[in-house]
Amino acid sequence: MATRMKPVDVVLVGFGWTASIIAQELTEEGLQVLALERGADRATVPDFATTHIQDELKYAVRGGLFQAPVRETMSFRNTSDQVALPMRRLGSFRPGAGVGGAGVHWNGQTWRFLPDDFVMRSHVEERYGAGFVPEDVTIQDWGVTYDELEPYYDRFEYLCGVSGKAGNLGGRTQAEGNPFEGARSREYPLPPLERSAGSLMFDKAARELGYHPFAAPAANASRPYKNPLGVQMGQCTYCGFCEWFGCGNYSKASPQTTILPVLLKKDNFSYRTGCDVTQVVLDNTGRKAKGVLYYDLEGREYEQPAQLVILCAYAQHNVHLLLLSGIGQPYDPVSDTGVTGRNYAYQITSSVDAFVDELINPYMGAGALGQAIDEFNGDNFDHGPEGFMGGGYIALWTTGGRPILQHRLPKGTPQWGSKWKKAMAENYLRSVSISTHGSVVSQRGAYLDLDPTYKDIYGKPLLRLTFDFHDNDLRMSDFLTGKAEGIAKAMKPRSINVKKRTGPYTIVPYQTTHNTGGAVMGDDPRTSVVNRYLQCWDVPNVFVVGACNFPQNHGYNPTGTVGALAFWAADAIRHQYLKRPGPLVQA
Amino acid sequence: MHMTRQNLAGLTLLAGAAVLAGGARAQGTEFTNVQRGRYLAQASDCISCHTVKGGKPFAGGYPLETPFGTIYSSNITPDLATGIGNWSKDDFYRALHSGIRKDGQHLYPACPYPWFTKMTREDVDAIKDYLDTLEPVRAIAPDNELMWPLGWRQLVAGWNLLFFDEGEFIDRPDKSRLWNRGAYLVNGAGHCAACHSPKNMLGATDRDHALRGGDAGESWFAPSLTSHERDGLGTWSTQDIVQYLSTGANANTASAGPMTEVVMNSTQHLSKQDLTAIATYLKDIPAHDTGQADDHDGDDKAVTQEVMARGKAVYVDQCMGCHMADGEGQEDAFPRLAGSVPVHAEQPQSLIQVVLGGEFMADPAELPTGLGMPGFAWKLDDRQVADVLTFVRNNWGNKASAVTPEQVAKVRDALHEYGPRHERLISQSVH
Repeated sequence: MATRMKPVDVVLVGFGWTASIIAQELTEEGLQVLALERGADRATVPDFATTHIQDELKYAVRGGLFQAPVRETMSFRNTSDQVALPMRRLGSFRPGAGVGGAGVHWNGQTWRFLPDDFVMRSHVEERYGAGFVPEDVTIQDWGVTYDELEPYYDRFEYLCGVSGKAGNLGGRTQAEGNPFEGARSREYPLPPLERSAGSLMFDKAARELGYHPFAAPAANASRPYKNPLGVQMGQCTYCGFCEWFGCGNYSKASPQTTILPVLLKKDNFSYRTGCDVTQVVLDNTGRKAKGVLYYDLEGREYEQPAQLVILCAYAQHNVHLLLLSGIGQPYDPVSDTGVTGRNYAYQITSSVDAFVDELINPYMGAGALGQAIDEFNGDNFDHGPEGFMGGGYIALWTTGGRPILQHRLPKGTPQWGSKWKKAMAENYLRSVSISTHGSVVSQRGAYLDLDPTYKDIYGKPLLRLTFDFHDNDLRMSDFLTGKAEGIAKAMKPRSINVKKRTGPYTIVPYQTTHNTGGAVMGDDPRTSVVNRYLQCWDVPNVFVVGACNFPQNHGYNPTGTVGALAFWAADAIRHQYLKRPGPLVQA
Repeated sequence: MHMTRQNLAGLTLLAGAAVLAGGARAQGTEFTNVQRGRYLAQASDCISCHTVKGGKPFAGGYPLETPFGTIYSSNITPDLATGIGNWSKDDFYRALHSGIRKDGQHLYPACPYPWFTKMTREDVDAIKDYLDTLEPVRAIAPDNELMWPLGWRQLVAGWNLLFFDEGEFIDRPDKSRLWNRGAYLVNGAGHCAACHSPKNMLGATDRDHALRGGDAGESWFAPSLTSHERDGLGTWSTQDIVQYLSTGANANTASAGPMTEVVMNSTQHLSKQDLTAIATYLKDIPAHDTGQADDHDGDDKAVTQEVMARGKAVYVDQCMGCHMADGEGQEDAFPRLAGSVPVHAEQPQSLIQVVLGGEFMADPAELPTGLGMPGFAWKLDDRQVADVLTFVRNNWGNKASAVTPEQVAKVRDALHEYGPRHERLISQSVH
């Protein structure tokens, strides 16, 4: 029997980026807000302190900051005619656990999606005709536009102290910025990070080819920064330990470095760690949530009553909770009906390694220190002759030169022995990698549901992921890889190594932690779980926030958009829902 | 694990209290008098010594380490049996003014009555009025652990005879009102000199050398507050001092250890007018004689090229990311070391404490971050700590005595014994 806890106004499931943003906003309204976090409490000092965080074995190889599959995982298969097996190790993607969530161990790549991305289906059909979208592709418009989200992107960027250079200020193209981006209301809060040797080489090569390279936007502070909440950040030291590490210098934006110092001082906010939320409890009408059920680390069950339940966990975790709670009709790929679990998507990546004569000093890096081009993203180019949808950016990142995982060797190098050592000595300081970061369409064959066989530690069915890259995306990725190869060759390297992405999708090698969809937003309750304000169509006092809201995935890292959506939803709750609790959009 | 932040809601200063307290003498309504009392209790920093982390505010039991043993603070909540609920205002005034408890026994001068004696009767009464509004807590402090024969309180009478000048503050007519208010706060309620002055063998403040820096207990050193340019506040403007006392940080440095407690529990709550008064008074204290020449041809023979080279190597590896190669720190973030006053402290104990135990900056609402520095006790040995601190104290134009491995070892022992001071901060929520 679950112990009943003292009711609160708002319970947040998870305590990462979205929960921190929403908690900060809703506590301003005087609401009693509680966050339930499955992982441990974590602070910059001592948990990410510079004295010990640069431990590649502990954090990158052994996944010190990630979700532990031994406690929580999902099953996976490529297609619905296969039997899914549980994922016992993290590979392709690495969700975080603990206070700050994956917002602690991300790189800081903070992009905005393109205006066209938010109306992808109507835009593609308008430009290329309805027949251009394959029958099994289920892309759709977001129900929110870029212009509507712009002020919220801006808030997230100023919260984080993003370093970058605007390419489009109020419709006016800016030199050195990304000329393809949507209009910004103002410049980035901080100038770009110092350019790395690799960035400069990419910049030169890309310009020679007629592209418009720019400094990628980075939530790694290029200067000391004090954000609008008065929280201070230190300047990035280019230590090269961003991705999969916490930042000990208060330079990488995370909930800890941007919000928590203010939020945790509020009397109307509290949080509990070690809490595995397993279900949103609905009343007997099924139209109203009463709270959530959770287990603590000793396996005791609690019921936490709340007026408002907001799911702020990782994308797939949010969907798992919806399925376990019976919120939204589960998606059925055969009849193409139902919504919960529908439109799962991912990111398609590839790279071209270039072995150069110049000294690169790769260890001087930052998570989002990179030079990029956007010529082949979204619908920035004519897709007519190519016959596929979507695109991605091409970038040269200088994230670091860690000894175990961050080195590159020419094709054909033996994997051990004196020849391996010689090649390593020759190439460690003299190689770069150009990567492509491609969109992934949503499709009937890619979805999340409950596994019929495997159960979690609480005896609940595991989440089952069914996913493979669509042919559209593999062709798109080949196209992008070709363009990346062109830039690599323009750098006049000694040799290159083209690493295409080929099917089928596998969960073994790391790709990106950019899992999207499953609880998508939209204007139509038949094809979305939440309305444009991220409110559940079926249960209006439940909101779901995160990359699970993306109707398909676009050619950028998701966090900028996730942050903007969190501010957007918080604003709707503050200024609309609290005045009149109930559906914010009539179906 | 159920985490909620330290809840001190009952102690939060209400807006307006600061205004009411700005030197007001007139007896107001009972409510405003209680407000004034709370403000003065904050100015006196009663809570820092009379509260144990995790315990009830003002319920006492906090161990004060002295060279003579441990003295546990008393319960000053209005509990009738174990607190001061049955003390009259006269009793309370006698304690603060004369150092005599209600039962006629002497207080140990660990309670700063040698400073509180300067406070007016009205102010002391207001503090009592405020304390009487607190939740009574039944709590008895542990017995003191003092060396023989100091357990016999009557000895304090002799101490008082030698070192205690009873009497309220008297305005100096040749000085401004602001100066006098500052002097009253610094030498009365604020009892700054209790830490910031040298003490004699019997633990009494050396009044001839007041505010030249002194032992702050548990191997912390409170630096000089005179107008000396290196070892003092000579380079600080009045505004620098006000900013430091309001937030724990300014362009020159950031607070650490016991001073962070003072900022969090006391000075951040004071009105800007009172802080300006304090600064005005401090700025008028002449520079003391450090016995060192002011040019940079150091006279400390221990500052050798070899030590500086070793210290620089440690600095580049461990410190430079935040404090920067030029020692200037990062504006609006990490404290500067070049030209920083506490870096030049006569005794380096506090610097050693910060390096070994790590530190968090104060995190008042005005500057909420509470940036942290990790502890290096596990990573650097005594000589490395001594080298890097000698380097920091003698580079970028800094000039101060060398730090020895023996000094580091002593502080390391103290750190083992008492733990990092920031872990005892009753107000901080760090992330």
